[in-house]
Amino acid sequence: MSGFPILSLMLAIPAVAAIACLFAGDKMARWVAFGATLVTFVLGCVMWAQFDIGGPQWQFTERADLFGRFSWALGIDGMALMLIMLSVFLMPLCILASWDAIKSRVGLYMAMFLVMETIMIGVFCAQDLLLFYIFFEAGLIPMYFIIGIWGGANRKYAAYKFFLYTLLGSVLMLIAMIAMIAEAGTTDIPTLLNYDFPVEMQTWLWLAFFASLAVKMPMWPVHTWLPDAHVQAPTAGSMILAGVLLKLGAYGFIRFMMPMFPDASAQLMWIVFGLSMVAVVYTSLVALVQSDMKKLIAYSSVAHMAIVTAGLFAFNQQGIEGALIIMLSHGVVSAALFFCVGVIYDRLHTREIDRYGGLAVNMPAYAIFFMLFTMASIGLPGTSGFVGEFLSLAGIYEASSWVAFVCTTGIILGAAYMLYLYRRVVFGELTKDDVKAMPDLNPREWAVLAPLAAVALWMGVYPESFLAPMRGDVTTVVARLAPAKPAGDAHLAAGKPQPAKAQGEAAHGSSHAGGVQ
Amino acid sequence: MTADLALIWPELILTIGGLITLMLGTFLGDRQVGIYQLSALLTLAAAAAAVVALFGVDATVFSGTLSVDGFGGFAKLLIYAASFICILIAPRFFTGGMRAEYPTLILFAALGMGIMASSRDLMTLYVGLELNSLAAYVLASFMRTDERSTEAGLKYFVLGALASGMLLYGISLLYGFTGTTDFSGIAARMGGEMNIGLIFGIVFVLAGLGFKISAVPFHMWTPDVYEGAPTPVTTFFASAPKVAAMALMTRVVIDAMGPAIGAWQQIIIFLALASIILGAVGAIGQKNIKRLLAYSSINNVGFMLIGLAAGTQAGVEGVLTYLLVYVVTTIGAFLVVLQLRDADGNYIESIPALAGLSQRRPGLAAAMAVFLFSLAGIPPLFGFWPKYLVFEAAVNANLLPLAIAGIVASVIGAFYYIAIIKTMYFDDNSDTEIPAGGGAIVEDAVITASALWLSVIGYLFIPMLAVVSASAAAVLF
Repeated sequence: MSGFPILSLMLAIPAVAAIACLFAGDKMARWVAFGATLVTFVLGCVMWAQFDIGGPQWQFTERADLFGRFSWALGIDGMALMLIMLSVFLMPLCILASWDAIKSRVGLYMAMFLVMETIMIGVFCAQDLLLFYIFFEAGLIPMYFIIGIWGGANRKYAAYKFFLYTLLGSVLMLIAMIAMIAEAGTTDIPTLLNYDFPVEMQTWLWLAFFASLAVKMPMWPVHTWLPDAHVQAPTAGSMILAGVLLKLGAYGFIRFMMPMFPDASAQLMWIVFGLSMVAVVYTSLVALVQSDMKKLIAYSSVAHMAIVTAGLFAFNQQGIEGALIIMLSHGVVSAALFFCVGVIYDRLHTREIDRYGGLAVNMPAYAIFFMLFTMASIGLPGTSGFVGEFLSLAGIYEASSWVAFVCTTGIILGAAYMLYLYRRVVFGELTKDDVKAMPDLNPREWAVLAPLAAVALWMGVYPESFLAPMRGDVTTVVARLAPAKPAGDAHLAAGKPQPAKAQGEAAHGSSHAGGVQ
Repeated sequence: MTADLALIWPELILTIGGLITLMLGTFLGDRQVGIYQLSALLTLAAAAAAVVALFGVDATVFSGTLSVDGFGGFAKLLIYAASFICILIAPRFFTGGMRAEYPTLILFAALGMGIMASSRDLMTLYVGLELNSLAAYVLASFMRTDERSTEAGLKYFVLGALASGMLLYGISLLYGFTGTTDFSGIAARMGGEMNIGLIFGIVFVLAGLGFKISAVPFHMWTPDVYEGAPTPVTTFFASAPKVAAMALMTRVVIDAMGPAIGAWQQIIIFLALASIILGAVGAIGQKNIKRLLAYSSINNVGFMLIGLAAGTQAGVEGVLTYLLVYVVTTIGAFLVVLQLRDADGNYIESIPALAGLSQRRPGLAAAMAVFLFSLAGIPPLFGFWPKYLVFEAAVNANLLPLAIAGIVASVIGAFYYIAIIKTMYFDDNSDTEIPAGGGAIVEDAVITASALWLSVIGYLFIPMLAVVSASAAAVLF
C-alpha cells in the first residue's frame, strides 16, 4: 500500500464536483457529474486492482486526527471494497439514466447525487465509529431532496416517511454507540471489532443497532417506507436506493452487530430468522398482487434482503458469502430492473402494469435485457442471483433446515411474481396504440443496460472475482462468531458431511474448510 | 477595591460605553445612526477584548459576589458577539425609525447578562437578571406604534415580573434556610441534610430561571414575544439572553446546589424532556416563521438541559458547546428571516409564503436549509455535534432513559424542520415575490459565514472548542 490517500480522493472528487454542479448550467452540470463519477469509478478500479487479496485485513488505511474526539480514519477490507465498487459502478449509470428524464433544477439534482456518492463511499470506508455514523445519517439529506423535489405525485409524503422512519431508527443506534465508546474507550472500528463487550450489555446494544439497521435494511415489519420511497423517487433515485442504500443495513449487520456482539447475535438470531421468514413469504405474496411495477420490484427487494439477513445469521462461511453476493447481485439487478421500469415510464409516463403489454414486438432489445434481469432476480443459474441464493440457502440449511425451507419458497414465489410481471408487460398482444408507438432502446439506454447486464452475467459465471477479496473477511467474522455459534439442526445428518464439503469446494474453487463444520 | 475594579473591565467598559452612547443619541439626535451605532459597536468590541485580556484569571471580586473566570468569560464573549450582530443589523430594519435607545438598551442588557454569567451570589444574580430584563421589556415594545410589538412588551413584562417574583421568593427561602446568599455558602449547607424549605427554595429558584431560558412549563411567553417583537430584537432575545440565562442556571445548579444533585436533577430532567417534547409538538402547525423559531428555541433549550442534568463537567462542556452552536444557528436563521421582504419592502413571516423559495433565492434557501437541518441535529451539519456531546454526557452519567427519551423526541422535532425545507424546496412557487434585497452586505456575509461554519467546516474546530469549553467548565468543578 503506497501512502497515496486514494480513499480521501474518491471522497473529495464527487464532493467538489457537487459544488461545481450547483453553480453550473444544466448541460454543464450533467457533464461535470458524469465526468466526476466516471473518474471516481476509474479510481475504484485502480483500487480493486491494487487490493492485496490475502494481505492485511485493512488496506488503504488513512488516519488524521482532525476532530479531537474522533478521527478521519479510512480503510477498507474486501467487503467494503466490493460495496464501494458497487456504488461507484452504479453512479455514472444513474447520471446517464437521468440525463433526459430530469429537466428541472438539473444542477441541484446532480449535486445531490454526487453528495450521495461521497456519503456512500464514506460509509463503507469509515474506520471510526462516529465518522461512520455521520456518513450513515448524512445520506438522509440528499435522498430527502431527491425524492421530494424530483419524485412523483405523492413525493412529499414519501420523502417525509423516508426521512423520519430512518431517522427514528438511527438515533437509537447513536445512543448505543455512545455506550460502546464509553465502555471500550475508543472510536476506532478495528479495535472495537475485537473488543469483548459484557454479554448483558451486548443484548441492549444489539437491539439498539437492530432498531436502526432493520429499518435501513428494510426488514418486515418496518419496511413500509420502502415501497413509498421507491414508487415516488425518480428512476435514478430508485436505482441508488435499491442498489446501494439498502445494502447499508446488511453492511451494518456484518460490520458491527455480528463481530462486535457475537453472543447477543447468537441469542437473538431467532428474531432475525423469524422476521426474515415472514418477510420472504409475506412480501413475495404482496409483490404478486401489485399493479405498479416499481412497487412490485420494491417488495421483491424486501424479500431478497430477508434472504440476506437469514444468510448472514447462518453464522457460517457459505451463508455469509452468499449473503454478500446477493447484496452485490441485488445491487446490480434491482438497479437494472428499476431502470427498465424507468425506460418505459419515460415513454408512457405510467407505471401501471396493465397499461403495457406486447413490448416484445416493438421493443425487442428492451425485452431481452428485461428478461435477463428478470431471470437474474429469480436466480436462474448463470446469472448473479443464482450464486448468491444457492450459497446463502446452503448456509442457512446448515443452521436450520426449517428456515431454509421457508426461505426457499421465496425463490418459487420470486419466479412467480417476476415472470407474471414479465408476461404482462412484455408478452401478450400489442393492442394499445400508444404502446405501439414506443421506440426501442436508444444508445444512452443501451449504455446503461449493457454494463449492468455484463456484470450480472460475470457474477453468475465467474463469481470468484467477487468472492476472492471477501473470503478472508468472512473467515474472520466466522471465526469471531464461532465460540457463540449455536449448533445447527442440519448436523443431525451426520453421516454425509463429506460430499457437501466437496461440493462447496468445487463451487468456490478453493478450500475454506474452516467454515464448513 | 481598586484591585477588584481592574478585574471587571468588561463591565466598566459597557457601563461607560452605554452612557456615552446614550449621551450621543440625546445630543446628536436619532438621525446620527452611524455615530451612536459605531459607539455601541466599539464598546462591545472593547468589552470583548477586555474579556480576552482577562482570560486565565480565576478570582472573585467584591467580597465574593462576582467571579471572574473562564466560564463567565466564555459566556460573555458569546453574549457580546450576539449583541454586536444585533446592533449591526438593526438600522436596515428600522429604516427611519432607528433611535439611539436601541443600541443603548442592548449595551445595558449585555452588561446585565455579563453580571448574570459571572455572579456567585444570589443578590448579584438578581441585579444582573433585572438589569437585563428591564432593558429587554423595553426592547420588545421598541416599535411603539406597532400593536403587536407593544403587546409583546407588555406580555413579557407581566410574565417576567411574575417569574422574578418566584425567583425572589426562592432566593428568600434559600437565604432563610442557609443564612447566606453566597453560592459556596449555600452549597456547603446543601451538603448536609435537606429540609422542605431548601427544597422549596430550589424549586422556586429553578422555576424563575426556567422562565428566563423559556423551558417548558415556563415557556408560554416565548412564541408571543418572539412573534411580536421587531425581528432584530427577536434575534437578540433568541441568542444573547439564552446564553446568559443558561450560564446562570448552570452556575446556580452546579455551584450553589451541586451537593443536592438528588433534589435538582429530577427537576432539570423534567424541564428538559418537557421542553424537547412540547417544543417539538408545539411547533407543528405554526404558520409564522418567528413563532416556529421560538418553539425551536424551546426545543433546543431542552437538549441543553440534558447536558446540565448530567451534572458532570462533560455535561457542562456540552452545554457550552451547544450554546455556541445554537447562537450561530439562531442568528443565521433570523438573519434569513430578515432578508425575506416582498416587493414593497414588507417583511414576510408567514411560512406558506416561503413556498418555492429555493427557486427564487437559491442561496438564501440553501442557507436556511443548513440552519434548519443543523437545528434538527442531522449530521453532517455541525448541529449534530453539541447534541452528541450532551447525550454522551447523559449516558455517561447513567441517565440512559433520559438520553433515549430525548433522542427519540428529537425525531418529532426533525419533522417540523424538514417541513419548512419541504415548503422551500418541494412546493410550487407562492404568489409572494421575494426579490433579492440589495445593500445588506453585512447580513449576507454573516449568513454565509455561519452557514459555512455549520456545514462540515465546523468539525475542524472541535479540538479547539473542546479545549476552550473544558477550561471554562472546569471552573465550576
